[in-house]
Amino acid sequence: MANSVLEVDNVTKTFPGVVANEDVSLTLNEGEIHCLLGENGAGKSTLVNMVFGLYRPDRGTIRVRGQDAHFEDSGDAIARGIGMVHQHFQLIPVFTVAENIILGNEVTKGALLDLAAARRQIHALAERYGLAVDPDATVGDLSVGEQQRVELVKALFRDADILILDEPTAVLTPGEVDDFFGVVQSLTQQGKSIIFITHKLREVLAVADRITVLRAGRVVGSTTAEGTTQQSLANLMVGRDVVFQVEKTTAQPGAAAMQTRGLRVQDDRGLETVTGLDMEVRSGEIFGIAGVEGNGQRELVEAVCGMRPATGGRVEMLGRDTTDWNPRRVNELGVAHIPENRSKHGVVAQYSIADNLVLNRYSQTKFSRRGVRNTSAIDTEAAALMEQFDVRATGASAALSTLSGGNQQKVVVARELTGDLRILVVAQPTRGLDVGSIEFIHRQIIELRDRGAAVLLVSAELDEIMALSDRIGVMYRGRLAATVDAADATREELGLLMATGSSSATDREQQ
Amino acid sequence: MSRPGDADSSITRASGHLHRFLTEAWRLQPLYVSLYAILLSLLIGGVLISLIGVNPLTAYWALLRGMVGDGERLAGSLARSVPFIGSALALALPFRAGLFNIGAEGQLLAGGLTAAYVGALSWMSDLPGGIAIPLIIIAGTMGGAVWGGIPGVLRTKTGAHEVISTIMLNSVVLFAARWMVGSRDPVVLRDTESTVPRTDPISDTAVLPELVDSQPVLHTGLFALLGLCFVVAFMLNRTNFGFEIATVGLNPHAAHYSGMNVNRVIVLAMAAAGACAGLAAASEISGTNGHFQPGTFFLMGFDGIAIALLARTKPVAVIAAALLWGSMLSGAPLMQQEADMSIDVVRIIQALVLLFVAADAVVRYLFRVHEQGQSPFRATSVEGAA
Repeated sequence: MANSVLEVDNVTKTFPGVVANEDVSLTLNEGEIHCLLGENGAGKSTLVNMVFGLYRPDRGTIRVRGQDAHFEDSGDAIARGIGMVHQHFQLIPVFTVAENIILGNEVTKGALLDLAAARRQIHALAERYGLAVDPDATVGDLSVGEQQRVELVKALFRDADILILDEPTAVLTPGEVDDFFGVVQSLTQQGKSIIFITHKLREVLAVADRITVLRAGRVVGSTTAEGTTQQSLANLMVGRDVVFQVEKTTAQPGAAAMQTRGLRVQDDRGLETVTGLDMEVRSGEIFGIAGVEGNGQRELVEAVCGMRPATGGRVEMLGRDTTDWNPRRVNELGVAHIPENRSKHGVVAQYSIADNLVLNRYSQTKFSRRGVRNTSAIDTEAAALMEQFDVRATGASAALSTLSGGNQQKVVVARELTGDLRILVVAQPTRGLDVGSIEFIHRQIIELRDRGAAVLLVSAELDEIMALSDRIGVMYRGRLAATVDAADATREELGLLMATGSSSATDREQQ
Repeated sequence: MSRPGDADSSITRASGHLHRFLTEAWRLQPLYVSLYAILLSLLIGGVLISLIGVNPLTAYWALLRGMVGDGERLAGSLARSVPFIGSALALALPFRAGLFNIGAEGQLLAGGLTAAYVGALSWMSDLPGGIAIPLIIIAGTMGGAVWGGIPGVLRTKTGAHEVISTIMLNSVVLFAARWMVGSRDPVVLRDTESTVPRTDPISDTAVLPELVDSQPVLHTGLFALLGLCFVVAFMLNRTNFGFEIATVGLNPHAAHYSGMNVNRVIVLAMAAAGACAGLAAASEISGTNGHFQPGTFFLMGFDGIAIALLARTKPVAVIAAALLWGSMLSGAPLMQQEADMSIDVVRIIQALVLLFVAADAVVRYLFRVHEQGQSPFRATSVEGAA
């Protein structure tokens, strides 16, 4: 164990106005999986970016196999055997797997690419580490899990023996996560050492040999998987006691508030991703939609909220046929929408917090008279909402872009959860947020349900779906493969439904 | 090797003083780049002039007197600048919506042609000025609005980029206007009694009152265009429509999500841009020319682009930029007369100004201007700008 391959020694890194890392130390031993745990903004990415040569530390040293490393750029880090798989893959979709892997490190014969030799090397690597990849497949056609394997092979192809994996499981289905853990373990058995960044406590305990917890740029704890529990890790991360279980009473569902009948919707490329979906959400309940991303959830949400036309079928809300309504009209019916992609749809980053808080209500008589904005009313409303929803900022006139992700999301939540709400459509409400913000937003959603609103919740986090929902529909290839009571649902059953669209093994064999 | 360092620090010190003066005295921080660009262009222009063998101070002194030397010259400079306000707003307004309107040149022609046509209608002479003048102005504004709205519609219906379509529409209206005004067989809009191609003279009742008999004439169109700047500024900064325009410009996805009709905003912003150009053209037809000649508006739309960028697309700053632009053009002949410098020198200086405004990294580096708050797209709030 004592054979350390990477030592980070009292490293400090500051950005203008922020201390991202302060006296951070970390040792990675050969053949171990070292989990780096922390909330967003705790400094995990800064730390690994220094190890990978993307940033240079202000103070302190990084040693690779006992030798000081002064990386000018990531090329230096790669040359010293460090590989990194980023959260957002760095692959070119129109290239084949082999072309992507050799990119920047081309195998050549004279002036020509030697793709045949590359293919052989890739096959050998894939076999050795149990990473099934087809060198001739086009990357754009691969599933997310397969693309991740390509990224891993790419790092191994460059002879990396220290691998940094940044939130590798965020994009995987539960089944893929299990496969991925298998791969990671086979890598360490063959002597690779791994830094694994995550904020999912379950995974940490499942794979980590050792765990380092960062909070506000400092190391606040270092432990082994055996010596800790989810609760104590969470408390370390957040710096206070975390309530894990979302507290909620049994739902008191009323009449159906939102229904779809044979709904068909196309995605941006014109492919039909919602393929005749029937769904019913009752007031006073949270209806969760589980599913691997890309099974039509996004198009479903956008169609229901009026952002995307339906190509077939019907949407009914509160007894009205809202099928081809525009977003404003849907909103005025009492439907709020917390969008999946906050920065794309939810906010205007350059606007003040106040302007973002009235982004969909600016034309109401409360905030404007004869088309002229009433800025004092907007500011008053903003101050009240910021107080009520605990948005931490210097003031309502601060640009939204200066807020942390959690506070930005609170701005969206504050805007959407005000007013006379009958239906809430919410997609990935806590993606990328820290534990504290997640707790807050979950509580808001449940309170809304208890006041009698119907909630449609779409999330890629199975834990979130299971914790919040009263009923769960599993979306598979554009339809609900099954609808189950949340109380009776198990992870395994849902995972199987998400992966295959069917819950029994016999059905699977028949396919 | 200490020299470059010294020069460096003296530039830094001098520009530090200038910064403080501009910030404290005039609150001009967002326009730093523009002011330095003008300064730099005058310096380079001076080098150019001395290369030709003329004392740049003599030339610039003559230029300055040509611009504002006496009351009549000042009035002439003002008169020359007025239409530029409209053509610059035609870029500045849709710019807030993320649209780059290169079509002011054509929108001026469309507006001017409509105004001249309406102004020459036989029954116009029966109307009192209080009706005929608003009519001709409204007609020109509408003509520009329609011509500006077309690329907006094309953009929303077909995805055609407004840069391409406005350039094309400039040519369409230019050659259409030349033919309509020039053709004798058939006669379309040509004044058959005139030896040069132009439209029939407009009715006397439709002529904007004159303020100063300068060269060119300063007329009450000045107030219309000054007022337009404040209307546009108010519209962009204080109204719901302005909020929609800015939202579409900054994040069209968020605009769609929050219930704004993005396509409507795009069409209306382009039409409003065309209206600004059309108003400028109508004011020229009515107050200066009395008839339409295609050459009148030559380059006026493209100069508007430069002026709007010099004003960092802020509607009120457009006034200052247009005044500078127009008066330089108006002062150039005196420079030619007294210092024997071609008036093209002024054109070169103006081109340099635009170059430095566009390639603002050069100016920022030379004068140590930091990036904050410079881009018209980076206002923290719609209240923040202009």
